[in-house]
Amino acid sequence: MPNFSTNEFKPGLKVMLDNEPCSILENEYVKPGKGQAFNRVKLRNLRSGRVLEKTFKSGDSLEGADVLDIDLEYSYTDGEFWYFMDPNTFEQHSADKAAVADAEKWLKEQEKFEVTLFNGAPLTVTPPNFIELEITETDPGLKGDTAQGGSKPATLSTGAVVRVPLFLSEGEVIRVDTRSGEYVSRASKA
Amino acid sequence: MSEWEPSAGIYELRARAAMLAEVRAFMSLRSVMEVDTPSLGQFAITDPNIELFEVATPDGTRFLQSSPEYAMKRLLASGSGDIFQLGRVFRSGEHGGRHNPEFVMLEWYRVDWTHYQLMREVAELIAETLRLSTWQIWSLDALLDHFCQINLHDAAELELKVAAENAGIDVVGDLDKLDYLDLLMTHVVEPGIASWGLVFIIDFLEQQAALSRIIERSGNSVAARFEAYVHGVELANGYWEESDPNILMRRFEADNDLRASRGQPVRKIDERLISASRAGVPDCAGVAVGFDRLLMLAQGRSELSQVMPFSWALA
Repeated sequence: MPNFSTNEFKPGLKVMLDNEPCSILENEYVKPGKGQAFNRVKLRNLRSGRVLEKTFKSGDSLEGADVLDIDLEYSYTDGEFWYFMDPNTFEQHSADKAAVADAEKWLKEQEKFEVTLFNGAPLTVTPPNFIELEITETDPGLKGDTAQGGSKPATLSTGAVVRVPLFLSEGEVIRVDTRSGEYVSRASKA
Repeated sequence: MSEWEPSAGIYELRARAAMLAEVRAFMSLRSVMEVDTPSLGQFAITDPNIELFEVATPDGTRFLQSSPEYAMKRLLASGSGDIFQLGRVFRSGEHGGRHNPEFVMLEWYRVDWTHYQLMREVAELIAETLRLSTWQIWSLDALLDHFCQINLHDAAELELKVAAENAGIDVVGDLDKLDYLDLLMTHVVEPGIASWGLVFIIDFLEQQAALSRIIERSGNSVAARFEAYVHGVELANGYWEESDPNILMRRFEADNDLRASRGQPVRKIDERLISASRAGVPDCAGVAVGFDRLLMLAQGRSELSQVMPFSWALA
């Protein structure tokens, strides 16, 4: 991978820092008139998601990270790896537990997920912002109770547990915001 | 996105025109003569922390000047008396919210003045343009003691490094003592004095002298320099000028040694400035003010692009 100098640190650039792939978030140039120039840089560690703030001497450089974001379809899991397929090339990618992390509870077959590949292997898996899933387990629905008031836990087909309104029952399909883990609405078509 | 429009609004451009006139009136009132020295010089500054644009001309490489200092000193040596220049200067690679590689510098020299007298005049200019009438003077070591609890003159590199770590600064790579000092200035002191209005910092380290003379202050040899900060923004840099050609020659050579050791291009020493110093540059004090920053502060803005017709990205 090529090296990138501090003046090329634009938001979104992927670089290696301490052997970890990172994405540049912000880059601020500071310099005393008669002194050394620095770049104050905010980066996100793409593996841990942690945001770091580092200062570099201007002109220093970092190696670029071989990182690629692609949309892949989730296929299945064998318990150790989660398999994703590129719908264009039919190429299979296996993600380990660390890469799947919190996305595991949203993994629905044939659904597209954004997979970040680092050196060709999945580093992180990001679910779509909204996903439609079937309720597989919840207390019986209260017929006609569509008014305000109260919610109950419901287990979805992927194993995720979300709070849903009382009138919903097993077998219904709901739309969920994966970022907050909150119920949005009934899906338009079950 | 439309790319043709100016980065500053018309209101800011009017304020810019008014401030250019205001500065000229300020100088005229004090009988300081305006000069306009060349932008493309055959020689360049040796300062290792300033990089220049080189321009290929039919008569060889020339350098867009990073400051009119050397040319103005040749005018002083020829008997110009007090002079100022309000014009564009160029510094390669200096690009950020408060830096533009091309900017307007107000630089002036007062014959037979010390930097203390010049500080007062800078305060007058700031009082007029920024309506800021009070100011304070801090020595560099007092500021570092105040914000970082270190004794600058005695501190080893390691103490500055620890102070930077204590301030939560995470640096990649190796720095020397002066680099750590610059780091503490930009990361700790500048934000620390952001609510202090106009602050003059004096008594810089000997190694930071550049073209200022070295004087004794409280038992330490310090550079006879000042910097003016307004709301934590560095605005001006002034010297009680060193005019001894032999001392200047040694400083230029030391700059070039440092350049060579860092792998930067070595600069041809400006023999015309050295000759002028041999002929005699009068005792004087000089200061450079970042005009765009002054306007930025006057307009209550935080980025230079908001007060420039076309910032670097749009030029």
